[in-house]
Amino acid sequence: MTPKDNVILEVKNLNVEFTTDDGVVHAVNNVSYTVERGKTLAIVGESGSGKSVSSLAIMGLLTGTNSNVTGEVFFNGKELVGAHPDEVRKLRGDEMAMIFQDPLSALHPYYTIGDQLIEAVLVHNKISEEAARERAIEMLIKVGISSVEQRIDEYPHQLSGGMRQRIMIAMALINGPELLIADEPTTALDVTVQAQILELLRELQKEFGTAIVLITHDLGVVADLADEVLVMYAGSAVEHAGVRELFYEPQMPYTWGLLASVPQISVKKEKLDPIPGSPPSLLNLPIGCVFEPRCTFKNQVANNACVEKFPELLVVSQNHEARCHLSESQRIAIRTDRKIGKINK
Amino acid sequence: MFPYIVRRIFVMFLMLTLLSIVVFLLFNAVPTDPARLTCGKSCTPEVIAANRIRLGLDQPLLTQYLEWIKGFFVGRTYGTGSATFECSRPCLGYSFRSGEEVTTLIVNAVPVTMYLALGAFTLWMVVGISAGIVAAKHQGKWQDRTIMGIALVGYSLPVFFVGLLLLIFAIVRWNVLPYPDYEPPFEDPVAFFQTMLLPWVTLAILYSAYYARLTRSQILETMGEDYIRTARAKGLSERVVFRKHAFRAGLTPIVTSAGLDLAGLLGGAIITEYIFSLPGLGRVAIGAVTDYDLPTITAAVLVSAVFIIIANLVVDILYVAIDPRVRIT
Repeated sequence: MTPKDNVILEVKNLNVEFTTDDGVVHAVNNVSYTVERGKTLAIVGESGSGKSVSSLAIMGLLTGTNSNVTGEVFFNGKELVGAHPDEVRKLRGDEMAMIFQDPLSALHPYYTIGDQLIEAVLVHNKISEEAARERAIEMLIKVGISSVEQRIDEYPHQLSGGMRQRIMIAMALINGPELLIADEPTTALDVTVQAQILELLRELQKEFGTAIVLITHDLGVVADLADEVLVMYAGSAVEHAGVRELFYEPQMPYTWGLLASVPQISVKKEKLDPIPGSPPSLLNLPIGCVFEPRCTFKNQVANNACVEKFPELLVVSQNHEARCHLSESQRIAIRTDRKIGKINK
Repeated sequence: MFPYIVRRIFVMFLMLTLLSIVVFLLFNAVPTDPARLTCGKSCTPEVIAANRIRLGLDQPLLTQYLEWIKGFFVGRTYGTGSATFECSRPCLGYSFRSGEEVTTLIVNAVPVTMYLALGAFTLWMVVGISAGIVAAKHQGKWQDRTIMGIALVGYSLPVFFVGLLLLIFAIVRWNVLPYPDYEPPFEDPVAFFQTMLLPWVTLAILYSAYYARLTRSQILETMGEDYIRTARAKGLSERVVFRKHAFRAGLTPIVTSAGLDLAGLLGGAIITEYIFSLPGLGRVAIGAVTDYDLPTITAAVLVSAVFIIIANLVVDILYVAIDPRVRIT
């Protein structure tokens, strides 16, 4: 057994560009990561950081004529970039599935829950409609829908937000995919419902052994569910670490800012600590570090390196990489000073 | 669903009642004395006075209105003694101009307009929607640009221009078709089609252009919806995504427009009927207006309004069939 056998998804140097009237938008730049079977990778970043676009690119869902995807994506060892759209389509909904942010707009308003689930089964399985309906009912029970026999013939608008997301999850997992991409699955939901949906995802992951790519900007969700975390900023991966390493030993000023901006119940604060400024335009990215314009520590780096040179991925430890020009001692000093993460050294 | 339709039909009758009142008041609001209009220039005051009494125009407004309504449902008798004449139901009065029963005028004109409207409707729905679909599927490519270019031109050309152009070239200059002479379709199908072809095309050019644009924008809008992405994420082929998921959702506004446009035409395509000498409702209405033929005008207005109200009802019922979210009791 080679070490690669437990890898379900391998993304290498993924680039996504959109040609627009204003120029070329560099939405995703040289992003690489792997997802192991049954594990969860969280991709964190603010709006426009390329986290959703990169996953849509993997799923082959960037159908617009103005998008250009390059790099390599191996799903179960099969290259998806440049593959025939029909081949990728056959994997979609069967071996890899996706759920979206707003379950109301993601479900078709004109078809019943049952119709939509049955359709998902029948695309990939040559079975009768009755058998597909049985499977839909089974799946709905699994995702915790009550009085399924009645619900299955209802329309999305007749259900609550939490229930709709359960339906989406049921639809995504109905064919037992090996990979589930969850694009901000809890963002549009109430806080109490969020917890239920996360719990459901965790349970189903255990039951089906599905690997999850969880796209979110909610660090609470990350801490809850993820095994590994990829932090994205302006289309680049800026830090990649195990979930403990990321929270305890974050290595990059953007990650520090993200962690600092989360309110903590144990710390009394008048105001939140936002990261000043806004992300750079994806039409016109900086030559140097993408975070340089907002970074408060760039002056500590010699030779103006932050402005002039895009930082390489720095291996911090076996399971931890980050892009930053600051030296290790500088980073430890700043973290100690600002009380970021846990300082052991 | 059923109570909804019943309620809608009830509202429809309420609207018709209100409408009949408004139309009736219009009749009485014209600055000329209706009795004066019943006879020509050489009229003596005695004849006018006699006509006034004979037509019941001397009665109070309410009585006149009730008589008018009664005439429609049970028929009425004008005048007394030897000068009585029966107007059997549905009676809408007599034309001031020709002395014919208005009902007869309308009944003769409605089928002509109906054939004109339905023929043009079929033509433009097929051409317009197909063109819109092709354009949407090839968004930004030459097919899209060509179709939208033609549609822009078609949409900009007024009916009187296109109609006259077709008339002059196809009939007068090149003699491709005989001069228009309306014949009912079951009596002389060849003459019917030869007469109707150009009017159909005239109307269809304008409406096809509009429907091509509408269909294209609707489909493009729907294709950007989240549930279309979900459908693709399920692994459905583009064909199924389009046919089953996008088209039905994009259909709703097209149905609304189609229903109202058809109803509008059923009330009389005045210009087209005029150009091609079709004895339809539009011709009846325009003739009545120029002649101050009040009973005919009111009847024409009423008939057009009925078409529009019915079309609204049909559109609403179709909505319920298309979009389950509308299914409220």
